[in-house]
Amino acid sequence: MRRGFDIRAYPGFGALTALCLVILYAPLLVVTVYSFNASQSITIWEGLSLRWYADVFTGPESATFKKAAWNSFTIAIMAATVATAIATSAATAIVRGGRYRLRTLSFGLISLPLMVPEIVTAVATLIFFSAIGFTRGYMTILLAHTAFCIPFAYMPIAARMQGIGPAFEEAALDLYATRVQAFRRILLPLMMPGIISGFLLAFIISLDDFIITNFLKGGGVETLPTAIFGAVKQGIKPNIMAISTMLLVVSIVIVTLSYFVSKSDKTD
Amino acid sequence: MAGGATTGGAARAETYAGVRNWLLLPSWLVLCILVLAPIGIMLVYSFLTKEFRGGVIWEFSLAAYDQFFCDRGLFGDEPCSIEWTYITIFWRSIWQAGAATLLALLIGFPTAFFIATRPERSRPLWVFLITVPYWVNLLIRTVSMKFLLRDNGPMNDALIGMGVIAEPITIINTNLAVQIGLFYSYLPFMVLPIYAAVERFDFRLSEAAADLYASKWVTLRRVVLPAVRPGVIAGCILVFVPSLGAFLAPDLLGGAKNFMIGSLIEEQFKGSAGNWPFGAAAAMILLSMVLVILLISARQSQRSSA
Repeated sequence: MRRGFDIRAYPGFGALTALCLVILYAPLLVVTVYSFNASQSITIWEGLSLRWYADVFTGPESATFKKAAWNSFTIAIMAATVATAIATSAATAIVRGGRYRLRTLSFGLISLPLMVPEIVTAVATLIFFSAIGFTRGYMTILLAHTAFCIPFAYMPIAARMQGIGPAFEEAALDLYATRVQAFRRILLPLMMPGIISGFLLAFIISLDDFIITNFLKGGGVETLPTAIFGAVKQGIKPNIMAISTMLLVVSIVIVTLSYFVSKSDKTD
Repeated sequence: MAGGATTGGAARAETYAGVRNWLLLPSWLVLCILVLAPIGIMLVYSFLTKEFRGGVIWEFSLAAYDQFFCDRGLFGDEPCSIEWTYITIFWRSIWQAGAATLLALLIGFPTAFFIATRPERSRPLWVFLITVPYWVNLLIRTVSMKFLLRDNGPMNDALIGMGVIAEPITIINTNLAVQIGLFYSYLPFMVLPIYAAVERFDFRLSEAAADLYASKWVTLRRVVLPAVRPGVIAGCILVFVPSLGAFLAPDLLGGAKNFMIGSLIEEQFKGSAGNWPFGAAAAMILLSMVLVILLISARQSQRSSA
């Protein structure tokens, strides 16, 4: 190939990539910067301050935020834990169960929440709980999140399992390990990065969800996104930017963790 | 075919074939009860009679679909002529989602192409940079966009400061704001499948085209594009489908004039003013549209791989 002539380089594509990254990050950056604004108004910049972060924890709305944060995090931990267990079990059957007719159908069922528009899932679940006479609240949010999180937990787990050759468990079985032992002592440790990554993604999905929660929360129970939405309806206030920035940092830290965990020690 | 005892690949792994039904049971139970059954019940509800305090009366009725498609005059006793109110809302949603998809394609394709042609070692990092914003709370991203685009927000300030414009431009509460919001929400979905397709593309084909005196852009259009078409279609669907039923971007950025399907459905379940069968019917119509789109695209990608 001649110097200066790369068949794969197109003029402007680099610039558009830079633009794409600017578009993706600019709004997040702007809100983060303005969350440190000392001013009462969101328009005028009056210098750096942590006052709105203090306001989130001690201000007039702090009780609402704390309750919402508690709900958000407990629901996310429980939903992600159950979804990860279910996804691990399903991935074992789909990746390690040979070829069978139910396999494609099972995979389709697991991907279903990704294909159905979220608002449709929200409406359907609301109607379902109402039809069986289940009162809306914490429990309904938890159940819906668990189901919705399964495909997000499934993807990294199944991908990881596909990367592990079956020779490891088969060696264990040849040495008279039971299937349960082979799973617990061989497959599970090897799959751990996938399982952790799946759990973290499911956790974020639950933590971030607004639409399903909004339909299922009923009166009284708020999560962070519904509390923020309620507050934003009255206009964007500086304390909202502070709480948004904190949530944003939590998401980014978790995704980064998940990225490095799933990249760690590849086994083939 | 022998069992996977000696094969290294995971293709025929069947260590747990004996217990696979038990392993599948939890996912089947949870997803059938909490996703599939609710959609079935929603379909039933769309054929029930509305209860005025929110909820339904268990009596078969076509009123929801009638209200959607039929205009029966002020007193509801005229013969059916086409009701445009809801069709317009659906049409606007399709248009808005389409515009957002086009915008995402214009930025997303070059980005995906650029990333896929970086050295192999640095590609995962680029992909990571594109995906991170997706995992940030959609509500927070939409609120951030609203903050950025406001009349006296940072973007207008910056443009005025640079002397590009004299007066702030109003974007919030316009169609454009919704399009930008949807585009921003789902942009990473456009980049990833196109990236995956371009990464698999064999660039020796481009070299062959260049040797035959095709210009770069002709090569892109005639050689690269047909090969990566499934990725482009997947990207467009991943942006278009969630945009169609989006609630946050139209609600926060669009204001009352730019009503979309998501808001129409949401309104039917809010408080006592709602109409559950109508909301269920609207959700059913949205779901049918999405399923048709997915079926067509599945057939398309089957054809291009055949």
